[in-house]
Amino acid sequence: MTETVEQLSCQELVELVTDYLEGALSAEDRERFDAHIAACDGCRTYLQQITMTVALAGRLTPEQLDPAAEAALLEAFRDWRART
Amino acid sequence: MQLVEALRAGDERVFEQLIRMYQGTLLRVAQMYVSSQAVAEEVVQETWLAVVNGIDRFEGRSSLKTWIFSILANRAKTRAQREGRTIPFSSLGDSEPAVESDRFDRGQWTAFPTDWPEERLLGDETLHVIESAIEGLPPTQRAVITLRDVQGWSAEDVRNALELSETNQRVLLHRARSKVRAALEEYLAEDA
Repeated sequence: MTETVEQLSCQELVELVTDYLEGALSAEDRERFDAHIAACDGCRTYLQQITMTVALAGRLTPEQLDPAAEAALLEAFRDWRART
Repeated sequence: MQLVEALRAGDERVFEQLIRMYQGTLLRVAQMYVSSQAVAEEVVQETWLAVVNGIDRFEGRSSLKTWIFSILANRAKTRAQREGRTIPFSSLGDSEPAVESDRFDRGQWTAFPTDWPEERLLGDETLHVIESAIEGLPPTQRAVITLRDVQGWSAEDVRNALELSETNQRVLLHRARSKVRAALEEYLAEDA
């Protein structure tokens, strides 16, 4: 008896990319995903684009605090320290 | 814990570093709950004051980060309720596909995505495009991608800070990343 493994379409795959990267796919789905990626240049490029997007996002520096707001907080901290 | 001890001892530089480390992220999370930027900023200021006032009582059962963000969540929710706002923070937002359906024909790419030129990826402009794309996301998607991908938080920390189920966190991350990738693709295709 032959087992028919349902293949993923490209359109389905792009919806599974996050689950794949999070390790949330079942072993079976991960196999199907890997098999598709190995055979499909388009989806391999797409996966690379997502991982590059994530890596680039990691290079953003956090928003700077408004100097006046920061000064107010440091003042509050000093007050607290003076009181305790 | 050294950080907590330093704060209790009144070490201002440590407090300053803490503020700088978390300020942007606290704001992003506050924005999920409350209506305006001004109110979000107030909620974050209140949170820091509560941290200062509460640091002596902090027992260290959770990490300092988790504690700070749970104070924020409480303050933000209280404020949102006072504003009479139904809290949409858990809302998943729109459900657009990761890639527009006209890019596919019977499930297959009509044209493959193209490789991105490395020289352009390394530029500052690219970072601005990403920043902009993140700014344009619905608040909850924005909070999740900021915490996970910009700040590098674990999925578990994000779920706890934002009170999301595992599935919801993933869906939000998926939608956010898909949109940011699409924005980057559009930008890179522009002067190709």
